Amino acid sequence: MIRLPPGDGSPPEILRPVSIGYVGLTLLAALLVNLVALPGSLQLLRPDFIALTLIYWVVYHPRRVGFLPAWLLGLAMDVADGSLFGQHALAYAVMMYLAILLHRRIVMFGMRHQVLHVLVILGAAQLVVLLVRVMAGAGFPGPLYFAPSILGALLWPALFSLIRIPLRPRADPDAV
Amino acid sequence: MEYATPPFFKRGPSLLTRFAFFSLLSITLLVADARFGYLHVLQQAVGVVIYPVQRLATLPGALAGRVGEFFVTHARLERENEQLKRRNLQDAAALQSQQAVAAENQHLRRMLELRERIPRDAIGAEIVYAPRDPFTRRVVVDRGSQHGVKAGQAVVDHIGVVGQVTRVFPWLSEVTLVTDKEQAVPIQVLRSGLRGVTFGIGYDGALELRFMPVNADIQNGDVLVTSGIDGTYPSGLPVAVVTNIERNAAYAFARITCTPAAAVGGFGQVLILSGDDGFPATPSAEEAVGKARKARKGDE
Repeated sequence: MIRLPPGDGSPPEILRPVSIGYVGLTLLAALLVNLVALPGSLQLLRPDFIALTLIYWVVYHPRRVGFLPAWLLGLAMDVADGSLFGQHALAYAVMMYLAILLHRRIVMFGMRHQVLHVLVILGAAQLVVLLVRVMAGAGFPGPLYFAPSILGALLWPALFSLIRIPLRPRADPDAV
Repeated sequence: MEYATPPFFKRGPSLLTRFAFFSLLSITLLVADARFGYLHVLQQAVGVVIYPVQRLATLPGALAGRVGEFFVTHARLERENEQLKRRNLQDAAALQSQQAVAAENQHLRRMLELRERIPRDAIGAEIVYAPRDPFTRRVVVDRGSQHGVKAGQAVVDHIGVVGQVTRVFPWLSEVTLVTDKEQAVPIQVLRSGLRGVTFGIGYDGALELRFMPVNADIQNGDVLVTSGIDGTYPSGLPVAVVTNIERNAAYAFARITCTPAAAVGGFGQVLILSGDDGFPATPSAEEAVGKARKARKGDE
């Protein structure tokens, strides 16, 4: 049986065209949310909103965002987080590769299964960061290290609806 | 290939090619940064570009603080005022005796022809945020190279040593806390005068005093202050309090855990001390060896 997106048999929503400006705006907002100061160790649990937003655009509008903006945002996160220069950039490159590779597949699944896909992609990106840091001489910071990926994947449905709000067609196109 | 993609389906290089290109570029940057410490200029440039976003991101926190301040009750303010007045009185008494002691100390030092302690310049700064990096312990403060901050300067707060400036951007700088894994502070036990070095463990609220013999004179509750022999931290600043000692005769050294004195959360004020306190330049290892050799030759 062929499953129709979004998984419950209803036809896919028809959205208004996406402008590059809107894509840029969501990425800037994601950068902002990533940099908001949170008290103490709450900081270490925060999911990577840039990664989530990039995955959204790659999965649903694969021609709107490419490797270069993702990579540049990775460099920005490296400087802001004071981590090794290039670590987020590499992680985002891996993430983009997986997301582009899987994007035709992901849209075929319902939300619950999409969350699992996103979890794998985010986890792979974090694993890359961990490998880089361990090779540079750091120790494993504990199992909570992967908490941002899990929280990020759980936030996927919310982010999905949030980004789509301005893209929904007007309720009654004839009324305008 | 006979059946190449028709030109109107072309979408640039293949996915794998793009992936390989960008990962290789990232790995090049990583190696250049981790091994050779290049790319300073590039990092500074990125830092300048994202500075507005960084400042914008700290606004909600600052705003929440303002709103909180606005809704403080009158009773609480009065109580706080009372407490501060009492504290001020106590401090004034302490300060008066301290002035006398400082004068006496200066006199004694001059008599002993010791180098006078030069008060250091300090730059007040505020912690903007703690970076989201689970591998290091750092904070970012709102003073940078434009305000005269230099890498390597010591950072303290009203209780004790916070850490050291490790990277400087034009308007922000990065402070590595004493709890960071790669941060070492030379200390002295206040009670016994024993010298040692504390190391960060990599998580908040704990330091390790390494290379202390099992029979070293050290007890729970001992206060550790900076010894000042590194020329980075001025001597006498509280660093930590000893909380746990494990003496096991099977090992050469005791396992000593301490709690850092300065409580660095996400927000707060710190002081950045200028690095110059009149110390003579440290001789490099080769110079020292050369001198020792010359001295030995002189003896012969």
